[in-house]
Amino acid sequence: MRWGTVMVASGCGGTGRELAPYADLDGLDLVTRSITLDPRAGGPTPRIAETPSGLVHAVGHQNPGLEHFLATELPWLVRAGVRVHVSVVGATIGEYAELARRLSRAPGVAGLEVNLGAPDQAGEGLFEVREPYHAASVVAAVRREFPADRPVLAKLRPDLSRAVEGARAVHDAGASGVVLGDAVPAAMPDGRPGGLTGPAITPVALRCVHEVTSALPDVEVVGGGGVDGPRTARAFLAAGAVGVQVGTALLHDPTTVARIRAALADDHADDTAGDHAGDTADDREDQR
Amino acid sequence: MTSEPTGVPAVRGPVHVVGEVLATKRAGAYRHLTIAAPGLPERFRAGNFVAVSVGDGRLARRPLWIHRVKETGAYGPTLDVVVEPRGPGSTWLADLPVGARLPVTGPLGRPFALPREPVSCVLVGEGYAAAPLFPLAARLRERGCPVTLVLAADDEGHLLSALEARRSARSVSVITRDGSVGARGDVPSQVEAVLERADADVVYAAGPTATLAAVAAAAERRGAWSQVALETPMACGTGLCQGCPVPVVAEDGVTRRVRACVDGPVVRGDRVHWGELG
Repeated sequence: MRWGTVMVASGCGGTGRELAPYADLDGLDLVTRSITLDPRAGGPTPRIAETPSGLVHAVGHQNPGLEHFLATELPWLVRAGVRVHVSVVGATIGEYAELARRLSRAPGVAGLEVNLGAPDQAGEGLFEVREPYHAASVVAAVRREFPADRPVLAKLRPDLSRAVEGARAVHDAGASGVVLGDAVPAAMPDGRPGGLTGPAITPVALRCVHEVTSALPDVEVVGGGGVDGPRTARAFLAAGAVGVQVGTALLHDPTTVARIRAALADDHADDTAGDHAGDTADDREDQR
Repeated sequence: MTSEPTGVPAVRGPVHVVGEVLATKRAGAYRHLTIAAPGLPERFRAGNFVAVSVGDGRLARRPLWIHRVKETGAYGPTLDVVVEPRGPGSTWLADLPVGARLPVTGPLGRPFALPREPVSCVLVGEGYAAAPLFPLAARLRERGCPVTLVLAADDEGHLLSALEARRSARSVSVITRDGSVGARGDVPSQVEAVLERADADVVYAAGPTATLAAVAAAAERRGAWSQVALETPMACGTGLCQGCPVPVVAEDGVTRRVRACVDGPVVRGDRVHWGELG
Protein backbone atom coordinates (compact mmCIF):
# COMPACT_ATOMS: atom_id res chain seq x y z
CA MET A 1 0.00 0.00 0.00
CA ARG A 2 1.54 3.27 -1.08
CA TRP A 3 -1.06 5.51 0.53
CA GLY A 4 -4.37 4.93 2.26
CA THR A 5 -7.84 5.43 0.83
CA VAL A 6 -8.42 8.29 3.26
CA MET A 7 -5.76 10.93 3.82
CA VAL A 8 -5.60 14.12 5.83
CA ALA A 9 -5.14 16.96 3.35
CA SER A 10 -2.18 19.30 3.56
CA GLY A 11 -2.68 22.33 5.77
CA CYS A 12 -5.71 20.96 7.63
CA GLY A 13 -4.07 18.70 10.19
CA GLY A 14 -1.95 21.22 12.09
CA THR A 15 1.34 19.51 12.95
CA GLY A 16 -0.57 16.22 13.17
CA ARG A 17 -0.41 16.16 16.95
CA GLU A 18 -3.55 18.28 17.29
CA LEU A 19 -5.61 15.51 15.64
CA ALA A 20 -4.69 12.99 18.33
CA PRO A 21 -7.80 13.59 20.49
CA TYR A 22 -10.10 13.00 17.52
CA ALA A 23 -8.56 10.23 15.43
CA ASP A 24 -6.41 7.16 15.86
CA LEU A 25 -3.07 8.36 14.52
CA ASP A 26 -1.63 4.88 14.19
CA GLY A 27 -1.72 4.06 10.49
CA LEU A 28 -3.28 7.39 9.54
CA ASP A 29 -2.12 8.86 6.23
CA LEU A 30 -1.34 12.50 6.90
CA VAL A 31 -0.10 15.02 4.37
CA THR A 32 1.78 17.70 6.30
CA ARG A 33 1.28 21.39 5.75
CA SER A 34 3.62 22.45 2.97
CA ILE A 35 7.21 22.60 4.13
CA THR A 36 9.74 25.02 2.64
CA LEU A 37 13.52 24.91 2.99
CA ASP A 38 13.57 28.00 5.20
CA PRO A 39 10.97 28.96 7.81
CA ARG A 40 8.06 31.08 6.60
CA ALA A 41 6.17 33.45 8.88
CA GLY A 42 3.03 33.32 6.76
CA GLY A 43 0.74 36.12 5.67
CA PRO A 44 -1.08 38.86 7.55
CA THR A 45 -4.44 38.44 9.28
CA PRO A 46 -7.24 37.84 8.63
CA ARG A 47 -6.09 34.62 7.04
CA ILE A 48 -9.37 32.79 6.75
CA ALA A 49 -12.76 34.10 5.66
CA GLU A 50 -16.10 32.37 5.71
CA THR A 51 -18.16 32.13 2.55
CA PRO A 52 -21.30 30.05 1.89
CA SER A 53 -20.34 26.37 2.36
CA GLY A 54 -16.69 27.29 2.03
CA LEU A 55 -13.65 28.96 3.48
CA VAL A 56 -11.27 31.27 1.64
CA HIS A 57 -7.81 31.13 3.11
CA ALA A 58 -4.56 33.00 2.66
CA VAL A 59 -2.26 31.51 5.28
CA GLY A 60 0.87 32.10 3.23
CA HIS A 61 2.49 28.72 3.90
CA GLN A 62 3.48 29.45 7.48
CA ASN A 63 5.82 26.62 8.47
CA PRO A 64 8.94 26.18 10.58
CA GLY A 65 11.19 25.19 7.67
CA LEU A 66 12.68 21.80 6.83
CA GLU A 67 15.31 21.76 9.60
CA HIS A 68 12.85 22.25 12.42
CA PHE A 69 10.33 19.90 10.84
CA LEU A 70 12.91 17.12 10.63
CA ALA A 71 14.14 17.73 14.16
CA THR A 72 10.83 17.93 16.00
CA GLU A 73 7.60 17.30 14.11
CA LEU A 74 8.58 14.32 11.95
CA PRO A 75 10.00 12.15 14.75
CA TRP A 76 6.87 12.71 16.86
CA LEU A 77 4.59 11.70 13.99
CA VAL A 78 6.66 8.63 13.17
CA ARG A 79 6.60 7.53 16.81
CA ALA A 80 2.81 7.94 16.82
CA GLY A 81 2.58 5.58 13.86
CA VAL A 82 1.44 8.22 11.37
CA ARG A 83 2.16 7.49 7.71
CA VAL A 84 3.75 10.85 6.92
CA HIS A 85 3.48 12.29 3.43
CA VAL A 86 5.44 15.51 3.40
CA SER A 87 4.04 18.30 1.26
CA VAL A 88 6.83 20.31 -0.31
CA VAL A 89 6.78 23.73 -1.93
CA GLY A 90 9.62 25.90 -3.15
CA ALA A 91 10.72 29.04 -4.93
CA THR A 92 12.81 27.21 -7.53
CA ILE A 93 13.08 23.75 -9.02
CA GLY A 94 16.35 23.49 -7.14
CA GLU A 95 14.57 24.03 -3.83
CA TYR A 96 12.03 21.33 -4.60
CA ALA A 97 14.89 18.97 -5.46
CA GLU A 98 16.79 19.86 -2.29
CA LEU A 99 13.68 19.22 -0.17
CA ALA A 100 13.17 15.84 -1.84
CA ARG A 101 16.81 14.89 -1.44
CA ARG A 102 16.91 15.65 2.27
CA LEU A 103 13.52 14.09 2.94
CA SER A 104 14.61 10.93 1.12
CA ARG A 105 17.17 10.41 3.89
CA ALA A 106 14.86 11.23 6.80
CA PRO A 107 13.64 8.11 8.57
CA GLY A 108 9.92 7.51 8.49
CA VAL A 109 8.83 9.59 5.50
CA ALA A 110 6.18 7.49 3.74
CA GLY A 111 6.01 9.70 0.68
CA LEU A 112 5.96 13.20 -0.72
CA GLU A 113 3.26 15.42 -2.10
CA VAL A 114 4.39 18.13 -4.47
CA ASN A 115 2.34 21.28 -3.92
CA LEU A 116 1.62 22.62 -7.42
CA GLY A 117 -1.69 24.29 -6.70
CA ALA A 118 -0.94 27.20 -4.37
CA PRO A 119 -3.42 29.91 -5.34
CA ASP A 120 -0.91 32.77 -5.23
CA GLN A 121 2.41 31.38 -6.42
CA ALA A 122 3.85 34.65 -7.72
CA GLY A 123 2.74 36.69 -4.69
CA GLU A 124 4.29 34.21 -2.30
CA GLY A 125 7.55 33.96 -4.17
CA LEU A 126 6.90 30.34 -5.16
CA PHE A 127 7.91 28.68 -8.39
CA GLU A 128 5.20 29.40 -10.98
CA VAL A 129 3.63 26.19 -12.24
CA ARG A 130 0.74 27.62 -14.20
CA GLU A 131 1.86 25.66 -17.25
CA PRO A 132 1.69 21.85 -17.04
CA TYR A 133 5.18 21.84 -18.55
CA HIS A 134 6.52 23.66 -15.48
CA ALA A 135 4.64 21.40 -13.10
CA ALA A 136 6.14 18.40 -14.85
CA SER A 137 9.65 19.84 -14.46
CA VAL A 138 9.12 20.17 -10.73
CA VAL A 139 7.78 16.62 -10.40
CA ALA A 140 10.67 15.21 -12.44
CA ALA A 141 13.18 17.01 -10.22
CA VAL A 142 11.53 15.67 -7.06
CA ARG A 143 11.18 12.16 -8.46
CA ARG A 144 14.89 12.03 -9.32
CA GLU A 145 15.83 12.71 -5.70
CA PHE A 146 13.30 10.47 -3.98
CA PRO A 147 13.45 6.66 -3.83
CA ALA A 148 11.34 5.00 -6.51
CA ASP A 149 9.70 2.63 -4.02
CA ARG A 150 8.01 5.49 -2.18
CA PRO A 151 5.20 7.55 -3.69
CA VAL A 152 5.38 11.11 -4.96
CA LEU A 153 1.92 12.63 -5.31
CA ALA A 154 1.37 15.74 -7.42
CA LYS A 155 -1.35 18.06 -6.14
CA LEU A 156 -3.00 20.21 -8.80
CA ARG A 157 -5.70 22.84 -8.78
CA PRO A 158 -9.14 21.64 -9.81
CA ASP A 159 -8.90 23.66 -13.02
CA LEU A 160 -11.10 21.85 -15.52
CA SER A 161 -9.59 23.46 -18.60
CA ARG A 162 -6.10 22.16 -17.71
CA ALA A 163 -6.85 19.12 -15.52
CA VAL A 164 -6.28 16.34 -18.07
CA GLU A 165 -3.27 18.05 -19.60
CA GLY A 166 -1.78 18.74 -16.17
CA ALA A 167 -2.40 15.24 -14.88
CA ARG A 168 -0.83 13.68 -17.99
CA ALA A 169 2.22 15.93 -17.70
CA VAL A 170 2.95 15.15 -14.05
CA HIS A 171 2.20 11.45 -14.55
CA ASP A 172 4.66 11.28 -17.43
CA ALA A 173 7.19 13.12 -15.25
CA GLY A 174 7.01 10.31 -12.71
CA ALA A 175 4.26 11.21 -10.27
CA SER A 176 2.86 8.11 -8.56
CA GLY A 177 -0.56 9.72 -8.37
CA VAL A 178 -2.37 12.99 -8.92
CA VAL A 179 -4.31 14.81 -6.21
CA LEU A 180 -7.30 16.76 -7.52
CA GLY A 181 -7.62 19.05 -6.18
CA ASP A 182 -6.23 21.88 -4.30
CA ALA A 183 -8.09 25.08 -3.43
CA VAL A 184 -9.85 27.01 -6.18
CA PRO A 185 -8.10 30.37 -6.65
CA ALA A 186 -10.32 33.02 -5.11
CA ALA A 187 -10.28 36.42 -3.47
CA MET A 188 -10.30 37.22 0.21
CA PRO A 189 -12.95 39.82 1.16
CA ASP A 190 -10.28 42.54 1.01
CA GLY A 191 -9.12 41.43 -2.44
CA ARG A 192 -5.96 39.56 -1.50
CA PRO A 193 -5.45 36.28 -3.38
CA GLY A 194 -6.65 33.21 -1.52
CA GLY A 195 -7.97 29.73 -2.10
CA LEU A 196 -11.56 28.53 -1.79
CA THR A 197 -12.15 25.12 -0.21
CA GLY A 198 -15.01 23.20 1.36
CA PRO A 199 -18.29 21.76 0.04
CA ALA A 200 -18.64 24.81 -2.23
CA ILE A 201 -16.00 23.32 -4.55
CA THR A 202 -17.04 19.65 -4.41
CA PRO A 203 -18.91 19.62 -7.74
CA VAL A 204 -15.96 21.30 -9.47
CA ALA A 205 -13.44 18.84 -8.03
CA LEU A 206 -15.68 15.87 -8.85
CA ARG A 207 -15.88 16.98 -12.47
CA CYS A 208 -12.09 17.28 -12.68
CA VAL A 209 -11.59 13.84 -11.14
CA HIS A 210 -14.09 12.33 -13.53
CA GLU A 211 -12.50 13.94 -16.60
CA VAL A 212 -9.02 12.81 -15.65
CA THR A 213 -9.94 9.25 -14.71
CA SER A 214 -11.95 8.92 -17.94
CA ALA A 215 -9.24 10.33 -20.18
CA LEU A 216 -6.27 8.78 -18.38
CA PRO A 217 -7.28 5.41 -16.93
CA ASP A 218 -3.66 4.62 -16.06
CA VAL A 219 -3.33 7.61 -13.75
CA GLU A 220 -4.17 7.08 -10.09
CA VAL A 221 -6.19 10.03 -8.83
CA VAL A 222 -6.78 11.03 -5.22
CA GLY A 223 -9.87 13.18 -4.96
CA GLY A 224 -10.39 16.12 -2.67
CA GLY A 225 -12.52 19.22 -2.30
CA GLY A 226 -15.17 19.45 0.38
CA VAL A 227 -14.99 15.82 1.50
CA ASP A 228 -17.03 16.12 4.69
CA GLY A 229 -18.40 12.64 5.26
CA PRO A 230 -18.72 9.13 3.88
CA ARG A 231 -21.15 10.25 1.19
CA THR A 232 -18.82 12.75 -0.49
CA ALA A 233 -15.90 10.36 -0.06
CA ARG A 234 -17.87 7.67 -1.90
CA ALA A 235 -18.78 10.18 -4.62
CA PHE A 236 -15.09 10.78 -5.35
CA LEU A 237 -14.42 7.04 -5.38
CA ALA A 238 -17.38 6.56 -7.72
CA ALA A 239 -15.85 9.20 -10.03
CA GLY A 240 -12.81 6.97 -10.35
CA ALA A 241 -10.56 8.20 -7.55
CA VAL A 242 -8.47 5.62 -5.69
CA GLY A 243 -8.58 7.65 -2.50
CA VAL A 244 -9.73 10.89 -0.95
CA GLN A 245 -8.21 13.71 1.04
CA VAL A 246 -10.10 15.30 3.91
CA GLY A 247 -9.28 18.93 4.57
CA THR A 248 -11.56 21.80 5.42
CA ALA A 249 -14.12 19.52 7.07
CA LEU A 250 -11.58 18.82 9.82
CA LEU A 251 -11.61 22.47 10.79
CA HIS A 252 -15.37 22.21 11.26
CA ASP A 253 -15.43 18.73 12.82
CA PRO A 254 -12.05 17.24 13.74
CA THR A 255 -13.55 13.74 13.94
CA THR A 256 -14.38 13.72 10.20
CA VAL A 257 -11.39 11.68 9.08
CA ALA A 258 -12.02 8.99 11.69
CA ARG A 259 -15.70 8.77 10.71
CA ILE A 260 -14.90 8.41 7.01
CA ARG A 261 -12.23 5.80 7.63
CA ALA A 262 -14.65 3.77 9.73
CA ALA A 263 -17.47 4.04 7.18
CA LEU A 264 -15.26 3.08 4.23
CA ALA A 265 -13.81 0.16 6.19
CA ASP A 266 -17.40 -1.02 6.74
CA ASP A 267 -18.07 -0.70 3.00
CA HIS A 268 -15.01 -2.78 2.36
CA ALA A 269 -16.15 -5.43 4.84
CA ASP A 270 -19.54 -5.49 3.16
CA ASP A 271 -17.92 -5.84 -0.27
CA THR A 272 -15.81 -8.70 0.94
CA ALA A 273 -18.90 -10.42 2.30
CA GLY A 274 -20.58 -9.92 -1.07
CA ASP A 275 -23.33 -7.89 0.57
CA HIS A 276 -22.88 -4.21 -0.14
CA ALA A 277 -25.23 -2.32 2.07
CA GLY A 278 -25.16 0.72 -0.21
CA ASP A 279 -27.05 3.53 1.46
CA THR A 280 -26.11 4.20 5.02
CA ALA A 281 -27.98 6.45 7.39
CA ASP A 282 -25.41 9.09 6.54
CA ASP A 283 -26.23 8.91 2.83
CA ARG A 284 -29.92 9.14 3.35
CA GLU A 285 -29.75 12.00 5.81
CA ASP A 286 -27.51 14.08 3.58
CA GLN A 287 -30.20 14.15 0.92
CA ARG A 288 -32.91 15.48 3.18
CA MET B 1 4.69 4.21 27.61
CA THR B 2 5.23 5.97 30.91
CA SER B 3 2.81 5.41 33.72
CA GLU B 4 0.85 8.33 35.10
CA PRO B 5 1.60 9.44 38.63
CA THR B 6 -1.18 8.39 40.95
CA GLY B 7 -3.73 11.04 41.81
CA VAL B 8 -3.57 12.68 38.38
CA PRO B 9 -7.01 12.54 36.79
CA ALA B 10 -7.07 10.32 33.74
CA VAL B 11 -9.43 12.61 31.83
CA ARG B 12 -7.72 15.27 29.78
CA GLY B 13 -7.50 16.57 26.28
CA PRO B 14 -10.48 17.92 24.39
CA VAL B 15 -13.48 15.94 23.22
CA HIS B 16 -15.91 16.49 20.35
CA VAL B 17 -19.55 15.90 21.29
CA VAL B 18 -23.02 16.93 20.22
CA GLY B 19 -24.24 19.05 23.10
CA GLU B 20 -27.77 20.05 23.95
CA VAL B 21 -28.94 23.51 24.93
CA LEU B 22 -30.58 23.09 28.33
CA ALA B 23 -31.34 26.70 29.19
CA THR B 24 -30.98 30.16 27.71
CA LYS B 25 -31.14 33.45 29.56
CA ARG B 26 -30.94 36.99 28.32
CA ALA B 27 -28.73 39.26 30.42
CA GLY B 28 -28.43 42.77 29.04
CA ALA B 29 -26.91 42.61 25.57
CA TYR B 30 -25.85 38.99 26.04
CA ARG B 31 -27.38 35.56 25.94
CA HIS B 32 -26.20 32.95 28.42
CA LEU B 33 -26.46 29.36 27.19
CA THR B 34 -26.29 26.31 29.44
CA ILE B 35 -25.17 23.32 27.40
CA ALA B 36 -25.11 19.64 28.36
CA ALA B 37 -21.78 18.48 26.97
CA PRO B 38 -20.67 15.12 28.37
CA GLY B 39 -16.93 14.91 28.99
CA LEU B 40 -16.17 18.62 28.84
CA PRO B 41 -16.86 19.97 32.34
CA GLU B 42 -14.66 17.40 34.08
CA ARG B 43 -11.73 18.44 31.87
CA PHE B 44 -12.23 22.18 32.30
CA ARG B 45 -9.72 24.65 33.68
CA ALA B 46 -10.28 28.40 33.86
CA GLY B 47 -9.25 30.06 30.60
CA ASN B 48 -10.34 27.14 28.43
CA PHE B 49 -12.82 27.72 25.63
CA VAL B 50 -15.07 25.66 23.40
CA ALA B 51 -15.43 25.74 19.61
CA VAL B 52 -19.02 25.37 18.46
CA SER B 53 -20.51 24.84 15.02
CA VAL B 54 -23.17 27.19 13.71
CA GLY B 55 -25.73 26.38 11.06
CA ASP B 56 -26.56 27.47 7.52
CA GLY B 57 -23.46 26.09 5.80
CA ARG B 58 -21.08 28.16 7.88
CA LEU B 59 -17.85 26.23 8.25
CA ALA B 60 -15.78 28.40 10.59
CA ARG B 61 -16.28 27.51 14.19
CA ARG B 62 -17.10 30.01 16.91
CA PRO B 63 -14.82 30.12 19.94
CA LEU B 64 -16.65 30.81 23.22
CA TRP B 65 -15.16 31.25 26.69
CA ILE B 66 -16.37 28.74 29.23
CA HIS B 67 -18.02 30.86 31.93
CA ARG B 68 -19.02 28.17 34.38
CA VAL B 69 -19.15 24.39 34.63
CA LYS B 70 -21.20 22.03 36.74
CA GLU B 71 -19.83 18.53 36.88
CA THR B 72 -22.97 17.11 38.40
CA GLY B 73 -26.52 18.30 38.09
CA ALA B 74 -29.99 17.09 37.22
CA TYR B 75 -28.90 16.96 33.55
CA GLY B 76 -25.38 15.66 34.09
CA PRO B 77 -22.29 17.76 33.38
CA THR B 78 -23.06 21.19 31.91
CA LEU B 79 -21.20 24.31 30.88
CA ASP B 80 -22.24 27.93 30.47
CA VAL B 81 -21.12 30.27 27.71
CA VAL B 82 -21.89 33.93 27.05
CA VAL B 83 -22.84 34.99 23.52
CA GLU B 84 -22.98 38.52 22.19
CA PRO B 85 -25.03 38.57 18.98
CA ARG B 86 -22.80 40.65 16.71
CA GLY B 87 -22.62 38.74 13.43
CA PRO B 88 -24.60 36.00 11.67
CA GLY B 89 -22.94 33.15 13.62
CA SER B 90 -23.29 34.64 17.07
CA THR B 91 -26.85 35.76 16.30
CA TRP B 92 -27.67 32.20 15.23
CA LEU B 93 -26.25 30.97 18.52
CA ALA B 94 -28.10 33.55 20.58
CA ASP B 95 -31.37 32.53 18.94
CA LEU B 96 -30.97 28.82 19.71
CA PRO B 97 -33.99 27.39 21.50
CA VAL B 98 -33.86 25.10 24.49
CA GLY B 99 -33.41 21.53 23.26
CA ALA B 100 -31.29 22.51 20.22
CA ARG B 101 -28.34 20.26 19.47
CA LEU B 102 -24.96 21.86 19.04
CA PRO B 103 -21.61 20.27 18.07
CA VAL B 104 -19.12 21.32 20.74
CA THR B 105 -15.35 20.72 20.90
CA GLY B 106 -13.42 21.38 24.07
CA PRO B 107 -12.15 22.29 26.49
CA LEU B 108 -9.59 23.94 24.23
CA GLY B 109 -6.51 26.06 24.73
CA ARG B 110 -3.98 26.72 27.43
CA PRO B 111 -5.70 27.78 30.66
CA PHE B 112 -4.63 30.46 33.13
CA ALA B 113 -1.60 29.49 35.18
CA LEU B 114 -2.14 29.83 38.91
CA PRO B 115 0.38 31.23 41.39
CA ARG B 116 1.74 28.79 43.97
CA GLU B 117 1.72 31.38 46.75
CA PRO B 118 -1.30 33.28 48.06
CA VAL B 119 -0.35 36.53 46.30
CA SER B 120 -2.53 39.51 45.44
CA CYS B 121 -4.26 38.98 42.10
CA VAL B 122 -6.04 41.58 39.97
CA LEU B 123 -8.41 40.32 37.28
CA VAL B 124 -9.53 42.77 34.58
CA GLY B 125 -12.28 41.76 32.17
CA GLU B 126 -14.12 43.75 29.53
CA GLY B 127 -17.50 42.88 28.06
CA TYR B 128 -18.50 39.23 27.60
CA ALA B 129 -14.80 38.34 27.49
CA ALA B 130 -14.72 38.70 31.28
CA ALA B 131 -16.50 35.31 31.36
CA PRO B 132 -13.41 33.12 32.05
CA LEU B 133 -12.36 35.34 34.96
CA PHE B 134 -15.26 34.14 37.11
CA PRO B 135 -14.08 30.53 37.42
CA LEU B 136 -10.51 31.85 37.67
CA ALA B 137 -11.48 34.00 40.66
CA ALA B 138 -13.00 30.96 42.35
CA ARG B 139 -9.83 28.91 41.84
CA LEU B 140 -7.62 31.73 43.12
CA ARG B 141 -9.78 32.14 46.20
CA GLU B 142 -9.42 28.42 46.94
CA ARG B 143 -5.68 29.01 46.94
CA GLY B 144 -5.99 31.86 49.40
CA CYS B 145 -5.15 34.62 46.93
CA PRO B 146 -6.83 37.97 47.61
CA VAL B 147 -8.74 38.65 44.38
CA THR B 148 -9.64 42.07 43.01
CA LEU B 149 -11.94 41.84 40.00
CA VAL B 150 -12.56 44.74 37.64
CA LEU B 151 -15.48 44.44 35.24
CA ALA B 152 -15.46 46.94 32.38
CA ALA B 153 -17.85 47.59 29.51
CA ASP B 154 -19.20 50.28 27.22
CA ASP B 155 -22.40 50.45 29.25
CA GLU B 156 -24.45 48.55 31.81
CA GLY B 157 -25.96 46.23 29.19
CA HIS B 158 -22.53 44.88 28.25
CA LEU B 159 -21.46 44.13 31.80
CA LEU B 160 -21.35 40.66 33.30
CA SER B 161 -22.93 40.33 36.74
CA ALA B 162 -20.96 42.14 39.43
CA LEU B 163 -23.23 40.54 42.00
CA GLU B 164 -22.15 37.09 40.94
CA ALA B 165 -18.52 38.16 40.80
CA ARG B 166 -18.70 39.09 44.48
CA ARG B 167 -19.11 35.41 45.36
CA SER B 168 -15.50 34.74 44.46
CA ALA B 169 -13.67 38.05 44.53
CA ARG B 170 -12.85 39.99 47.67
CA SER B 171 -13.32 43.27 45.85
CA VAL B 172 -15.26 43.96 42.68
CA SER B 173 -15.26 47.26 40.85
CA VAL B 174 -17.07 48.35 37.74
CA ILE B 175 -16.00 50.73 34.97
CA THR B 176 -18.27 51.84 32.11
CA ARG B 177 -17.41 54.19 29.27
CA ASP B 178 -20.75 55.98 29.50
CA GLY B 179 -20.78 56.01 33.29
CA SER B 180 -24.16 54.22 33.39
CA VAL B 181 -22.90 52.16 36.31
CA GLY B 182 -19.69 52.22 38.34
CA ALA B 183 -16.87 54.58 37.53
CA ARG B 184 -16.93 56.41 34.22
CA GLY B 185 -13.93 55.68 32.02
CA ASP B 186 -12.05 52.83 30.46
CA VAL B 187 -9.48 50.23 31.43
CA PRO B 188 -6.40 51.93 29.96
CA SER B 189 -7.04 55.11 31.98
CA GLN B 190 -7.81 53.35 35.27
CA VAL B 191 -5.84 50.12 35.40
CA GLU B 192 -2.73 51.71 36.88
CA ALA B 193 -4.60 52.97 39.92
CA VAL B 194 -6.34 49.62 40.39
CA LEU B 195 -3.05 47.72 40.38
CA GLU B 196 -1.60 50.24 42.81
CA ARG B 197 -4.50 49.98 45.27
CA ALA B 198 -4.50 46.19 45.23
CA ASP B 199 -0.70 46.04 45.38
CA ALA B 200 -0.96 43.48 42.58
CA ASP B 201 1.59 40.72 42.23
CA VAL B 202 -0.22 38.90 39.43
CA VAL B 203 -2.54 40.43 36.83
CA TYR B 204 -4.99 38.56 34.60
CA ALA B 205 -6.88 40.20 31.75
CA ALA B 206 -9.55 39.21 29.24
CA GLY B 207 -11.09 41.50 26.66
CA PRO B 208 -10.38 43.34 23.41
CA THR B 209 -6.78 43.60 22.25
CA ALA B 210 -6.37 47.27 23.20
CA THR B 211 -7.51 46.51 26.75
CA LEU B 212 -5.15 43.55 27.06
CA ALA B 213 -2.23 45.61 25.77
CA ALA B 214 -2.94 48.38 28.30
CA VAL B 215 -3.18 45.93 31.20
CA ALA B 216 -0.02 44.09 30.15
CA ALA B 217 1.88 47.39 29.91
CA ALA B 218 0.65 48.55 33.33
CA ALA B 219 1.65 45.21 34.89
CA GLU B 220 5.06 45.43 33.27
CA ARG B 221 5.63 48.90 34.71
CA ARG B 222 4.87 47.59 38.19
CA GLY B 223 7.00 44.51 37.73
CA ALA B 224 3.90 42.34 38.13
CA TRP B 225 3.44 39.11 36.22
CA SER B 226 0.60 39.25 33.68
CA GLN B 227 -1.43 36.72 31.76
CA VAL B 228 -3.87 37.75 29.07
CA ALA B 229 -6.65 35.78 27.39
CA LEU B 230 -6.54 36.71 23.70
CA GLU B 231 -9.69 37.37 21.71
CA THR B 232 -8.61 36.32 18.23
CA PRO B 233 -10.89 35.17 15.41
CA MET B 234 -10.37 31.46 14.82
CA ALA B 235 -11.54 29.22 12.01
CA CYS B 236 -11.10 25.89 13.82
CA GLY B 237 -10.05 26.50 17.42
CA THR B 238 -8.21 23.18 17.49
CA GLY B 239 -4.78 24.11 16.09
CA LEU B 240 -5.33 22.67 12.64
CA CYS B 241 -5.65 25.70 10.34
CA GLN B 242 -3.00 28.32 11.25
CA GLY B 243 -5.69 30.97 11.05
CA CYS B 244 -5.06 32.69 14.39
CA PRO B 245 -1.40 33.74 14.46
CA VAL B 246 -0.08 35.72 17.42
CA PRO B 247 3.39 37.28 17.24
CA VAL B 248 5.23 36.51 20.49
CA VAL B 249 8.79 36.81 21.72
CA ALA B 250 9.92 33.34 22.75
CA GLU B 251 12.28 32.50 25.63
CA ASP B 252 15.22 32.65 23.22
CA GLY B 253 14.37 36.22 22.21
CA VAL B 254 13.22 35.22 18.73
CA THR B 255 9.81 36.38 17.48
CA ARG B 256 7.52 33.56 16.47
CA ARG B 257 3.95 33.41 15.30
CA VAL B 258 2.16 30.99 17.57
CA ARG B 259 -1.45 29.87 17.32
CA ALA B 260 -3.84 31.61 19.69
CA CYS B 261 -5.99 28.47 19.93
CA VAL B 262 -3.44 25.88 21.10
CA ASP B 263 -0.41 27.92 22.17
CA GLY B 264 -2.83 30.37 23.84
CA PRO B 265 -5.39 31.76 24.22
CA VAL B 266 -3.81 32.61 27.57
CA VAL B 267 -0.31 33.97 27.08
CA ARG B 268 2.11 36.07 29.10
CA GLY B 269 1.32 39.73 28.49
CA ASP B 270 4.96 40.74 28.26
CA ARG B 271 5.58 38.24 25.44
CA VAL B 272 3.10 39.63 22.90
CA HIS B 273 4.05 42.03 20.10
CA TRP B 274 0.94 44.11 20.64
CA GLY B 275 1.57 46.48 17.76
CA GLU B 276 1.46 43.64 15.24
CA LEU B 277 -1.66 42.03 16.65
CA GLY B 278 -4.15 44.47 15.13
